[in-house]
Amino acid sequence: MGKSYGEWLARWRYLVLVVVIALVAIAASGARFLTFKTDYRVFFSADNPQLQAFEQLQNTYTKTDNVLFVLAPKDGNVFTNETLASVIELTEASWQIPYSIRVDSITNYQHTEADGDDLIVDDLVPDAGQLDAAALERIRDIATHEPLLVHRVISPDGRVTGVNVTVQLPDPEVQTGKEVPRVTAFARNMVDKLRTENPDLDVYLTGMVIMNNSFPEVSIRDQQTLVPIMFAVVIITLVLLLRSFTATIATFIVIVCSVLTAMGLAGWLGLALTPPSASSPTIILTLAVADCVHILVSFLHAMRRGLDKTSAMADSLRINLQPVFLTSVTTAIGFLSMNFSDAPPFRDLGNIVAMGVIAAFFISITLLPALMLVLPVRVKPGATRNSRHMDRFADFVVERRNFLFYGVGFIVVVLVIFIPRNELNDEFIKYFDKTVDFRNATDFSSANLTGIYTIDYSLSAGESGGISKPEFLERVEAFADWYKTRPEVLHVNTLTDIMKRLNMNMHADEPDWYRLPGQRDLSAQYLLLYEMSLPYGLDLNNQIDVDKSATRMTVTVKNISSNEMLALEDKAQEWLRNNAPGMRADGASPSVMFAHIGYRNIRSMLTGTSVALVLISLILVVALRSVKIGLVSLIPNLAPAAMSFGLWGLLVGEVGLGLSVVTGMTLGIVVDDTVHFLSKYLRARREQQLTPPDAVRYAFSTVGTALWVTSLVLIAGFMVLSQSPFKLNSDMGLLTAITIAFALAADFLFLPPLLMKVEK
Amino acid sequence: MKQLYIVILVLTGLFAIQVQAETPEETGLQIAKEADRRDQGFGDSIATMQMVLRNKRGDESSREVRVRTLEVENDGDKSMSIFDSPADVKGTAFLTFSHINKPDDQWLYLPALKRVKRIASKNKSGPFMGSEFAYEDISSDEVDKYTYRYLRDENYEDMDCFVVERDPVDKNSGYTRQVVWYDKGEYRPQKVDYYDRKNEHLKTLTFHEYRKYLDKYWRGMRYEMVNYQTGKSTTLTWKEYTFRNGLTDRDFDKNTLKRAR
Repeated sequence: MGKSYGEWLARWRYLVLVVVIALVAIAASGARFLTFKTDYRVFFSADNPQLQAFEQLQNTYTKTDNVLFVLAPKDGNVFTNETLASVIELTEASWQIPYSIRVDSITNYQHTEADGDDLIVDDLVPDAGQLDAAALERIRDIATHEPLLVHRVISPDGRVTGVNVTVQLPDPEVQTGKEVPRVTAFARNMVDKLRTENPDLDVYLTGMVIMNNSFPEVSIRDQQTLVPIMFAVVIITLVLLLRSFTATIATFIVIVCSVLTAMGLAGWLGLALTPPSASSPTIILTLAVADCVHILVSFLHAMRRGLDKTSAMADSLRINLQPVFLTSVTTAIGFLSMNFSDAPPFRDLGNIVAMGVIAAFFISITLLPALMLVLPVRVKPGATRNSRHMDRFADFVVERRNFLFYGVGFIVVVLVIFIPRNELNDEFIKYFDKTVDFRNATDFSSANLTGIYTIDYSLSAGESGGISKPEFLERVEAFADWYKTRPEVLHVNTLTDIMKRLNMNMHADEPDWYRLPGQRDLSAQYLLLYEMSLPYGLDLNNQIDVDKSATRMTVTVKNISSNEMLALEDKAQEWLRNNAPGMRADGASPSVMFAHIGYRNIRSMLTGTSVALVLISLILVVALRSVKIGLVSLIPNLAPAAMSFGLWGLLVGEVGLGLSVVTGMTLGIVVDDTVHFLSKYLRARREQQLTPPDAVRYAFSTVGTALWVTSLVLIAGFMVLSQSPFKLNSDMGLLTAITIAFALAADFLFLPPLLMKVEK
Repeated sequence: MKQLYIVILVLTGLFAIQVQAETPEETGLQIAKEADRRDQGFGDSIATMQMVLRNKRGDESSREVRVRTLEVENDGDKSMSIFDSPADVKGTAFLTFSHINKPDDQWLYLPALKRVKRIASKNKSGPFMGSEFAYEDISSDEVDKYTYRYLRDENYEDMDCFVVERDPVDKNSGYTRQVVWYDKGEYRPQKVDYYDRKNEHLKTLTFHEYRKYLDKYWRGMRYEMVNYQTGKSTTLTWKEYTFRNGLTDRDFDKNTLKRAR
């Protein structure tokens, strides 16, 4: 069939060219449906329990997406006429930010004061410009001692202040993808304006909306920088390896077509672009090279042996059709295992790359040979030097097989020991490296003003109006106090601070009365009074539910790791169980969601990886027609991932969402080398009746070069990905590159000694 | 009777023609003035108001308030709200002298504290009792609180309506503008769209089940306010309306606030 396929292709080469290019064009036209998702929630599946908890909390109160302006006057003092005037202006302007529903700053803070039986409610700084030293000092004193403000919009030392804008974006289903960029562009314009008007202010921009906007920004940066680098790497490698201009051009066309097909199909299927799935082109073009290399190396080799173009291509297709098909299928299975991930962006990545790999297979056996037959190809006859090096290397492996078997085995065991050193961590701020503005602004904010990591609780009193019960308020206060003593906590936003202040105001501002009201009706009436006096947007609906039966407490923490976050929440739960079982509530927030995402994904990916392993092993057993060899192949296929996680534990020690998919994904890639090596080895054993050592020599001399070259391209490709400013991509790229390197080492240094041992 | 009806029809027709000749601002003002004129002379009113608050999840909560209103000429009306439920605010009484161009005077009697507190605040844009109604949405409608602009005629719910934009004069208002649908027959507001400070559609108020009192004064028995930005909503239901109860300034005195029942 192979022979006849080659002839058929040669006869219809022009038709094949036209049909394949037409099909690629049809598929690629779907790319116009691709849009970037600008919402961190895309990392969570709809049935993710932490996402559901958070959505429920947001539906009870209000949403918490925000834009935070951080202002640091160069003179180190916020409380000057100039800076306060800037804050007032920024606060006013912030109401114009699209979708804004609330603006909080030190100037519009609704300060309450008593004057006899008058309750005076007004902006803390209604206007600035002519404030005298005493007035400024009074404002500083109030602001830096108000628990609702300190570490939220003012630093305790009065050096840094913030304007926090709550933004209510449309529901994800009706978002067009333009909302977040619009909000961000608006806010950035405000920052630019502020910087020009007041050059003595350092201004930083952060918040969840800005983070959401950073997702497409890093993806686009990836496309603009990594893809061209990747193309350069591929072309250089191909030129050096193939030494044929035509072959390089043809390969280039194949990989471009594969990428276009996959991205276009993704568009037709309505998949969304996120930083992980947007890295598909880099990965596809890396993987597509391998198919072309195997076909072209055999083809050029045959031509150098003196065959004419058509026979050389027919010969190459005959030899390569099965292994290329097999390796494409196993690679696709590896990527499809990502469908078990709890994070949809990785499912999309897996599916897009799997489509790209299958497309690459079909294009490499149709378009590639057709192109080679149409374009002029010239080769210099003669043997290549590479095979001689390979022969010497094979001799070394055969002679030193015992040393290599135990030596490599020892290294594997040592590295595996370090796997448990890896700690799970998904700090979403650190998903962005320090070349991203958002990361730097957030780091500055966390160090000087307030953090972006929060834990929210909806504390329920269990009955309508129950938030006014003194017992309940006391429990909430105790819980807030417990949190305030934790070293990792920056700020606790709690209703009890408002209640205490009101109680004091109602008693002529006597500091002794800064405590919770002792009666339920008193608290309820204070709240009624207070709510009546608040302006638009500064109401309490964001922290009290409609029934006044529950209140929201928001804890802002420093930049802590996922494990610290989970440990903190665990301790909080323990406190609640022991002290306030009635109002127990799970902490919910983006930070909590990300803190769980690593665990959830590693658990779900264990299943995915196991399924991929079973499927791939079955394919190997069938393809190699040997259960024993199929099972032996498991070792060099699994060891590389184990070794790389061990090395990672030794050098980095931190894993997260991005790495949870690596084992399944690399399994499909590393198995390719094993397939090529073992099929040649078995052919030598079966057809030529060679001894295991000679079969090993045969395998090295036939596929050794192709294996290390394709591995090199893969390593280079994933190293390029590791340059991404987005940690999920860069970590995944780096660990995959390491795994492929280990796989090559395992196939060259460990598999042959292993075969010689088991086949004695 | 039929003749009278024809006369009215002709007069309103003439009025409509006259309207055409004016600027949109003048027309808008005319419509607002006419609506105000038709509501003048009711004297005082007493009614019970029930509020049902709903959040995005569909959780509900209700409050009940008795409202007494005294018509004041050439200034905002005086009103007294007495809270009956929730239980823990029962007996709380809220007295307001609304004004056209200065902050309202507001006093609150807190039974738990047994004291009357004056609220000194220029804010009236915040939510009333946690609902989607701002205090400014339900306080007395005075012509001079807004500037007007007639936009168009439009059919709404099978009624011919004037559509008028009005912009709050108070700079502390939570809105840039409101768009009001008045039915042409009775000059009753049927619908109000509220636009927030960034001029985006925030809420819509619709009036339902208009009933006529004293053969002249129309009162909607049900108000529906939907917040499009937060997904929350509030229903206001009015019951037991009575007019000309003989209320006087003495019934709206901060010193008698604590005796209000």
